[in-house]
Amino acid sequence: MPDFSRKAKVGETIPTSSMADIAFLLLVFFMVSTVFVRFRVTGIVLPKAEKIEELKKRRMISYLWVSADRKIYIDDKLADLPQVANIFYDRRVKEPRTIVSLKCDFRAPYGLISRVLEQLREADALRVNFAADKRG
Amino acid sequence: MHLKRRQKSNPEIPTSSMADIAFLLIVFFLVTTTMNQDKGIGMQLPPAGESKKIRKKNICNIWVNESGQILINLEDQVALDQLRANIEQRLAANENLIVSLKASEETKYDDFINVLDEIKMAGADKISLASPEQ
Repeated sequence: MPDFSRKAKVGETIPTSSMADIAFLLLVFFMVSTVFVRFRVTGIVLPKAEKIEELKKRRMISYLWVSADRKIYIDDKLADLPQVANIFYDRRVKEPRTIVSLKCDFRAPYGLISRVLEQLREADALRVNFAADKRG
Repeated sequence: MHLKRRQKSNPEIPTSSMADIAFLLIVFFLVTTTMNQDKGIGMQLPPAGESKKIRKKNICNIWVNESGQILINLEDQVALDQLRANIEQRLAANENLIVSLKASEETKYDDFINVLDEIKMAGADKISLASPEQ
C-alpha cells in the first residue's frame, strides 16, 4: 500500500533577492523621467484669484513674463514687444495647441499686457492663461 | 605542533537590506517632491482683425481706471465686492450678455485680474477684453 501520509514540502520563503533590483529600477525610472522646469526670472509676484484652473499638459505651455519694471521675458530671455508675435508664431506652428501662460507681476501696467495680448493675437496664439495664485 | 586553524571569512556582501534602502530612497523622493502646477484664469482670444457688431443692449461695459475704481456702462460705480452680484443680475436679465472689460493704460494688473476674476465668478462666459485708449 502506498504511503499517502507524506506531503510534498512547499517552500515557505518569499524570494526577496530581486526586490532591491526592482526598487532601484523604480528609483532610476523616476529620476530619468522627472523633468525640472526652472526659470531664472525672479522678483515676479503673481496676482491672486479664485476662479483659477490648472494647466495639465506642460508640453503645450509657453511662458511669458512681464515684470513690474515693464520688461518682457520669454522662457528666461529678455524680449522686446515686437518680437513677441514672431516668437509665438513659430511656437504655434510647432505646437498648434500652444497655451501661453502669462506670468505678469501684479504691479505691471495693463497697457503693456494689452499690447502683449495684441501680439499674441497676431501670432494666432489665442489660448492664453493669466497665471495667478489661489486666493486664501 | 598545534597550528591554529584559520577562520574562514564569509566573502558574501549582505544584500538583504538593499531593498529597504532603495524603498526608503523612493519614499523620500516621493514625499519631498512638490509638483508645481501652472494655474491661472484661462481665456480664448479672438483672432486678429476680427470684429463683430453687437447690439448695444447685449453689451455690458466695465471700466477699470488707474486707481482700481470700477464703472459699469459709464454710469454705475461699483465696489469690487459688489461687482459679482451686479453682473449676476445683468446676466439673469439677459443671457446673451457680453461683458466687455476695459482698463486704462496705467491700471495695475492686480486690479484687472481682480475684476476679471469677479466676472468669471459671476458666471459670464462671453468676455471681451478691450484695448485701452492710448
